[in-house]
Amino acid sequence: MDYDKILSDKIVNIKPSGIRKFFDIASKKKSVISLGVGEPDFPTPWSVRRAAINVLERKRTTYTANPGLEELRTEISRKIKRTLGVDYENNEIIVTVGGSEAIDLAIRSVVNPGDEVLIVEPCFVCYAPIVELSHGIPVPLETKMENEFKLTADILKEKITDKTKLLILPYPNNPTGAVMTKEDLEPIAEILRDTNIVVMSDEIYSDLTYGMKHFSIVQLDGMKERTILVNGFSKAYAMTGWRLGYVSGPFPIIKQMLKLHQYAIMCSPTVSQWAGVEALRNCDDEVEKMVKEYDTRRRLLVKEFNRMGLECFEPEGAFYVFPCIKSTGLSSEEFCSRLVEEYDVAIVPGNAFGESGEGFVRVSYAYSINHLVEALKRIEEFLNKLKSEK
Amino acid sequence: MDTLIKLLKQNSRLSDAQLAAMTGKTEAEIKAAIEQLEADGVIKGYSVILDEEKAEKDVVTAIIELKVTPQAGCGFDQIAKTIMMYEEVSAVTLMSGGYDLAVTVTSSSLKDIALFVAQRLSGIDGVLSTTTHFVLKRYKEKGFIIDEEETDERQFVSP
Repeated sequence: MDYDKILSDKIVNIKPSGIRKFFDIASKKKSVISLGVGEPDFPTPWSVRRAAINVLERKRTTYTANPGLEELRTEISRKIKRTLGVDYENNEIIVTVGGSEAIDLAIRSVVNPGDEVLIVEPCFVCYAPIVELSHGIPVPLETKMENEFKLTADILKEKITDKTKLLILPYPNNPTGAVMTKEDLEPIAEILRDTNIVVMSDEIYSDLTYGMKHFSIVQLDGMKERTILVNGFSKAYAMTGWRLGYVSGPFPIIKQMLKLHQYAIMCSPTVSQWAGVEALRNCDDEVEKMVKEYDTRRRLLVKEFNRMGLECFEPEGAFYVFPCIKSTGLSSEEFCSRLVEEYDVAIVPGNAFGESGEGFVRVSYAYSINHLVEALKRIEEFLNKLKSEK
Repeated sequence: MDTLIKLLKQNSRLSDAQLAAMTGKTEAEIKAAIEQLEADGVIKGYSVILDEEKAEKDVVTAIIELKVTPQAGCGFDQIAKTIMMYEEVSAVTLMSGGYDLAVTVTSSSLKDIALFVAQRLSGIDGVLSTTTHFVLKRYKEKGFIIDEEETDERQFVSP
């Protein structure tokens, strides 16, 4: 069998994630400690786990309706109302297999061949490949540290053409931890209002902000009709392995997404859906506790990296810091490779999140204080060694 | 203040600078706050959590339940204070439930503890009965897992 001949050219030409490559190096060494994960270190709240056990005991293990349990969509609608003040009917919401599926549905439902999709970078790794698989053209919008990795109106205007179909707006941002405030979003909305450009706002980290409340572009006048909202349970409720997310948006778009969802997925896992109902009904306090703990760690990392001479802007969301390593003279990949080889600490090179991430590294603080302190010690030893080599 | 105490309970070796960063205070404020906690007797001391087996010490620990007769005027205090003065005793607590005082005793051999119970504790006025439980294995202490390393089942690196 000549597999080269049978495979789809599209998928063969998609680059594997730069993170994966790093995972292979790190997992070979036993002594490695990691600051590389993109998932919470907290367990899923107990009451959520309990709810799932109840579901199993009561044999509620059948399929649900394609768009998800009515109860869960009602709770999602309430959550969006209480956090953003925006109304969605249950039929404008689909429960998905993680935020990932929601992203996939959104992109595939609006992109036609040749359409340009503006993607804020650095960003989560999946947007551009999915756009390419949809025969669209990913157009990076590079954000910079001097702008606190925010999308500015100038960058946006420069890249809009008559082929632009979709803007992917991922804030709070993985990997930078940047957020967009109401004031930051106003000029972006102003540009979009007169166009036919759709916004996919990936707000998976919306509950994890520090010292401020998350603001969504959908809250601005005239934006709800052109915005697809992506969110999920993984980050806020520490439910990564449950694979549960959701998408909400204008009915004409959701209606098409539902077809894709029903043919490709059927429905999200039933046990996870019931667990999600419990999370949305009773776990606000648990989320608040986790946010407080993340905040403590975030402050430590920002201060320590700046003290060590790696300039680090203060992120106000997610659970990552994104220090600049240009002062070492190494590339992001060299920095991370040497750090893991010589000092047994795994972090992720910034360029895994787009070209504009070059010169930076992503450090996750989804780890205990003691783990972070040990890792910081090793990073400082590494930096001292680099200095002595100069 | 609560955050500071919580952090110190997790790791009392964190530097003032680290604590200051995490709580959003200055180093001077942290130093003053800790001194105040010490002066007020909120912080009684700093210790270390050991895996005694790995420290290769012959240590035997027993928890002894004591039933005692409370004394007029001072209740259980007098007996508790007498007991806590013994060097072998590492903890004394007044309990609700089936017995009154829980006494934790640490020594280098089983025999020493047996002698301590028989000769010292049982002889104290007001002690009605003792039940001695030897500690066989520690799994977790003060929030730290003793028996094994805490495992992180997450992938090393993920997006």
